[in-house]
Order: sequence, then structure tokens, then C-alpha cells
Amino acid sequence: MNGEGQAWYDRLLNIDRRWIYLLMAVVVIVPAIRPFAVPVGISGEVRAVHDFIAELPPGQVVHLAIDYDPSTLAELHPMAEAILHQCFAQDLRLVITALSQFGPAMADEIVTRVAAEHGKQVGVDYAFLGYKPYPAITILAMGTDYRVPFPTDYYGTPVDSIPVMRDIHNYANVACVISLAGGNVADMWIQYGNAKYGVPVALGVTGVMASDYYPYLQSRQIFGLLPGVKGAAEYERLRNRSGEASRGMPYQVTSHLLILVAMVVANIGFIAQRRARAGVR
Amino acid sequence: MEASWSTLLWQGGAVFLTLAVFSFLYADNPFYKFAERLWVGVATGYWTMLLYHQGFRDKVILPIFQEGKWYYFIPVLLGLLMWFRLSPQLGWLSRYALGFYVGISTGIFIPLAFKTAIFLQVEGTIRPVSGFWPTVNFLLAILGVICGLAYFYFSRPHTGVLGVMSRTGIYTLMIGFGAGFGLTVMGRVALLVQRVIFTRDYFVSLWGKLF
Amino acid sequence: MKKQIPILIVFITGLVMVLQYFVPHATSEFLFTYANDFVIVIGILALPLGIFSLMRGTVIKAKRDPRERFYAIVTIAGFLAMVIAGVQRSQFTTPGTWLQNMFSYVMIPCQATIFSMLAFYIASAAYRAFRVRTWLATVLLVTAFIVMLRIVPLPEPLSGWNSAIVQWILAVPNMASKRAIIIGVGLGAISYSMKIILGIERGYMGGDR
Repeated sequence: MNGEGQAWYDRLLNIDRRWIYLLMAVVVIVPAIRPFAVPVGISGEVRAVHDFIAELPPGQVVHLAIDYDPSTLAELHPMAEAILHQCFAQDLRLVITALSQFGPAMADEIVTRVAAEHGKQVGVDYAFLGYKPYPAITILAMGTDYRVPFPTDYYGTPVDSIPVMRDIHNYANVACVISLAGGNVADMWIQYGNAKYGVPVALGVTGVMASDYYPYLQSRQIFGLLPGVKGAAEYERLRNRSGEASRGMPYQVTSHLLILVAMVVANIGFIAQRRARAGVR
Repeated sequence: MEASWSTLLWQGGAVFLTLAVFSFLYADNPFYKFAERLWVGVATGYWTMLLYHQGFRDKVILPIFQEGKWYYFIPVLLGLLMWFRLSPQLGWLSRYALGFYVGISTGIFIPLAFKTAIFLQVEGTIRPVSGFWPTVNFLLAILGVICGLAYFYFSRPHTGVLGVMSRTGIYTLMIGFGAGFGLTVMGRVALLVQRVIFTRDYFVSLWGKLF
Repeated sequence: MKKQIPILIVFITGLVMVLQYFVPHATSEFLFTYANDFVIVIGILALPLGIFSLMRGTVIKAKRDPRERFYAIVTIAGFLAMVIAGVQRSQFTTPGTWLQNMFSYVMIPCQATIFSMLAFYIASAAYRAFRVRTWLATVLLVTAFIVMLRIVPLPEPLSGWNSAIVQWILAVPNMASKRAIIIGVGLGAISYSMKIILGIERGYMGGDR
């Protein structure tokens, strides 16, 4: 069916999808050339995570589970950076794991970089235990003793000889677990970490997953939730930092505007088409 | 700090692969296929060696040969039995190892799933609240949960009271899916933005280096 | 022998692990610890099976289809490059190594870009598929619209109202709908797991030969 003789709503509804791709590319490039500031409000679930960590005394231990891979890096890396900065600034000790198979190298890079900015040393101020397969079993095993699934850390050092791990044996020795997850590892922390051992768990998840975790927030199975890149931007605002998430918000605004306009325009065409067809009948 | 030529070369390769993958948006083509297959090979190789160092060496070699924990041979033998799955004649041997794995995992799962997905969720639903608006929200939430569950009850036809509850439930579910879609857009765009920023920063660095 | 003993193993180990949850004795905890430990080791040795299958499938595809040969060589070359580079553990932990560079400049760009294309697809889907055909579709569309509007900086008081509405949507109806799904899926998963332990469900064992 060619364009001639078609009503405006039929032509509107049958646009080649590649024009939409092109529009998307354009609206994403605009803020790259002309950036602008976007105000970010703070939600209760994000503030809960921030305030929990803020109230921990120096020397307390936080388990940061960097459970994502490069496919969700854009949303979760800013969260990891903001939380690492906060923990190191408060002189908290960190136990870090990376239970996603493509995540350890990313986790190593970000932890090493942020730790260096705060003058923190691996083994003394934090331990990076690395990766083990089967996250559910690993989470359960860590609850007994970190040394069961992780006899050595990511660098091959026996955990027993790591100074920071001397008095850290299992979840009873950590204040909380914060899992930044791009997949169902988040559910595993709730089911195997919190339900079995009672360790307080907070989650940082992608936008796709975020809406699924509000029941756990309401039932207090998690004490806080960072929903996607907006959650990351809110956390950065709480830390008075302009990180990747905050810098990405203008792009979010232009893209969302495009999609909102697309939804409205398409439905105007659809309603017009439906009325025209009803009129013909 | 200005990037070195070797870093710019690596980043150039990354930009090439990024644009090669994006070319799929126009049509499938050899550049996209090249990037995709290279990724599959590199990712598999990375995971293989990570599994070797952090899995095999730390959990098999170290306990058995350095710590003298010879009982680790039991799970090692069971794990090796899994490889018989590749044999048409002896594939049944892998079921012994699979039996242990499935039995232990499932046995651990059941009580924790009851606690997480049923008991604590029901407790959260019926936890008392005070105040007018919290009470309204509490009642709406209970209604939503019960009607949502009614929608998934397929043992009886959805007629009468069950039909009304089921209809209410599906509308509640649609609100949940709509909220999910709204947040999904944000997530997908974030991935695209990160690639755009990376590509822009590369060309800015290259321009600065060249001129 | 080929099916009965594995089913018996599943039944005994499954029942023991369920009962273990309710027994706080030191022996029970010991059993739990070593069961977990053993399962990790079994899994570590079983995972290379998937890697082997992938590589074997790539070679078979290359043999059958001449058009696939170049791409199969690319896959295998990438695999071997990482395997050779990763022989030493220091390649994973020292910045600037060949393995780290391949990870940062090949894996991350490819994987991140493949998933970033979803942004284009979601824009296309929003335009071409999101139609107000029924009341149900309308409810979904309106909810999505309101939630997405939260990102856009609206003038006050619209911004405040929109944020409050979105928070309410997430905390009440969205929470209720996802809770219904969690409970429903949880009941289904528990009943499926019980069927596995009782030997009713045997799909995990594969077919007879």
C-alpha cells in the first residue's frame, strides 16, 4: 500500500520505524551539544538507604554486592560510585562481592579508583572477594562464613590473612548488604540473605526491575531501594555530587518527551482511524 | 589528562564496535555480525578464565592440594559425572550428580520461598496502620492483592463475584505494568545515553590529540 | 537404576534440606554448610559443559554453512585470545593488561550497545504498539504516561502533584499488583519444587536413551 490515497492517520500510523530511531538519535544528541540542568526530587526509598549508611559509625562494615554486568552499567555504576564515596568518606569498612559473571573486572576498576581517591587500601579498609558462580548458594554460604565460598579474595590472597576480614566472618558482622543488581540476584539476596539470616538488605536495581520491589519495601524485607538511573541521580544529589546519573538526566528528559509525544500522536491517529472506520460502517 | 595513543587506539576500536552494533538498527549487516560474534567469543573466554581462577583454583585445587581436604574429591567426582551428559550411552550417569544438585537446591528453596513470597508478603498486606489516608491506602492495597490473586485463580470460571474480583484484579495488574513500563523507558534510555557520551568523549579526545 | 536412584537421591537430599531449616542443632548447621560448599564445587565443574557446548555448536555451524565460517573464526579467535591472556591471575587484577583492555574496549562496548538498542525499540513500540484499543490498554497507557512525566521538569505545582501521584501509584496499586504476582509465582514455584522432590516432576533429568 503506497502513500498516495492514504488518509493522514493511516500515513501517521504506518511510519517506517527507522524514522522513529532517527528521531530518538537526534533527541539524545541534543543535550550532548547543549546540556541543561534538571531538578531531581528525593524519594523516601532512596533517602532510607542514604540515611542508614550515614548513621553508621566509623569502622562499621557494609557489604556492597556489585551484582551487575556491562549491560546494566549505565544505571548501576553511578549508584556504586556514590555509595562507595559515602562509605569511604565515613571510614566504613567494606566487603565487596561481584556475583555476576561479567561484573568482577568492572567492580575491581570502580572500587580501586574510588578507594584511591579516599586514600583507602585493599585488605586494610576493604576486601574485594570477587566472583563465584551460583549466586543463591554463594549468598547462603557467606551467611555461614565468608571463607566457605571465598577462601581467597579476587587477587588470590587467603581471606584469613586479610587484616580487614579478621573480625568479619558472616552477615552477623556486617551492618547491611547493599546489592546493586541487574538480574534476579536481587531476589536471591532477599530470599537467601534477609529471610535466612535476617541481614538488612537494600537494593539498587535497573528501571526495568524497580517497580517489582515495592512489595518487599512495604513488607520491610528491604530497607531501601534505588530505582534505576533516577534513584542514582537522587543519591548523587543527597551526596551533593554531580555524577554520571545527574549528567545523564537531561538526556532522559529529551528522550521521555519524545516518547510521550509519540504516544499521544500515535493515539490521536489511532482514534481518528477508528472513528473514520466506524463512520464508514 | 590527554589520552595516550594506545588508549585512543583501544577506544577507537570500542567506538567502531559501538557503531557496528548500532548499524543493526538500519538492517542486519556483516559489521553487526562481526561485533556480535566477537563479543560472544570474548565474553565466553573471559568467563572461562574467571571461573578457572575464582572457581576451580580457589574451590578445588586449593582445598585438595594445599589444605589437604581430600573429602572435596566427592563433589569433584560428582561434578565430573555431569560431563557424561554429552555421551548418548552413558548420559544417565549425569543424573546422579544432578540429583544431588537439584535435591539440595530445591530443599533449601522451599522453606525460604514460603517465608519470603508468602508469609512476609501476607504479613505486609495485613499490617495495621493508623490515620485516614494510610487506612484508605491499606484497604486499596488489600483489595488490589486479593483481586489480583483472584485473576490468577483458574480453577473456576471467572463469573459472579469471582468475575468482578478478577476484573478488578486485571485493572490493578495493568496499573502495575504501566508503572513498570514507565520506569523501563528510563532504564533503556540510560544505556543509550552512556554509549552516546562515550562516543562523543572519544571524538573530542581524538580531536584534541590531533589538533 | 538409571532413573530410580537419582529420584531417590533428590527425595532424600531435598527432604533433609527442608527439615534442616527447622533444626537449629550444630550438626544441622554443619550439614547445611557442607551441602552448600559441595553444590558450589559440583556447579563449578559442570559449568564448563556449557562453554564446551557453545564452542562445539560454533564449529558445527561453521562446518555446515560456509557463510558462517568467518564469524565462527571470529568467535573462536576472541575466545582463545581471552583464554590465553587470562592464564595468569594477574591479568585480571593489574590495570592496562591485554585482558583488561579486551574487557573494557570489546566486551563492555558490545554488551552495553546491544542492550542500549532497546531504547530505540521502546520508542518504536511506544509509537506503533501502545494504542488505546481497550479500557485495559488505556489504564496501562495512562499509568505509564504519568510515571514517565515524573522525569520531565514541570512547573510547580504540577511537578509536586505528579511526583505525589507517581509515589502513590508505585506504593499502592503497583505494590498490590506486584505482590499478587509474587505470591502467585511463589506458590507455583513451591508446588513445582515439591513435585521435583516427590519425583512427580522429572524434566530436569532429560529424556531416556
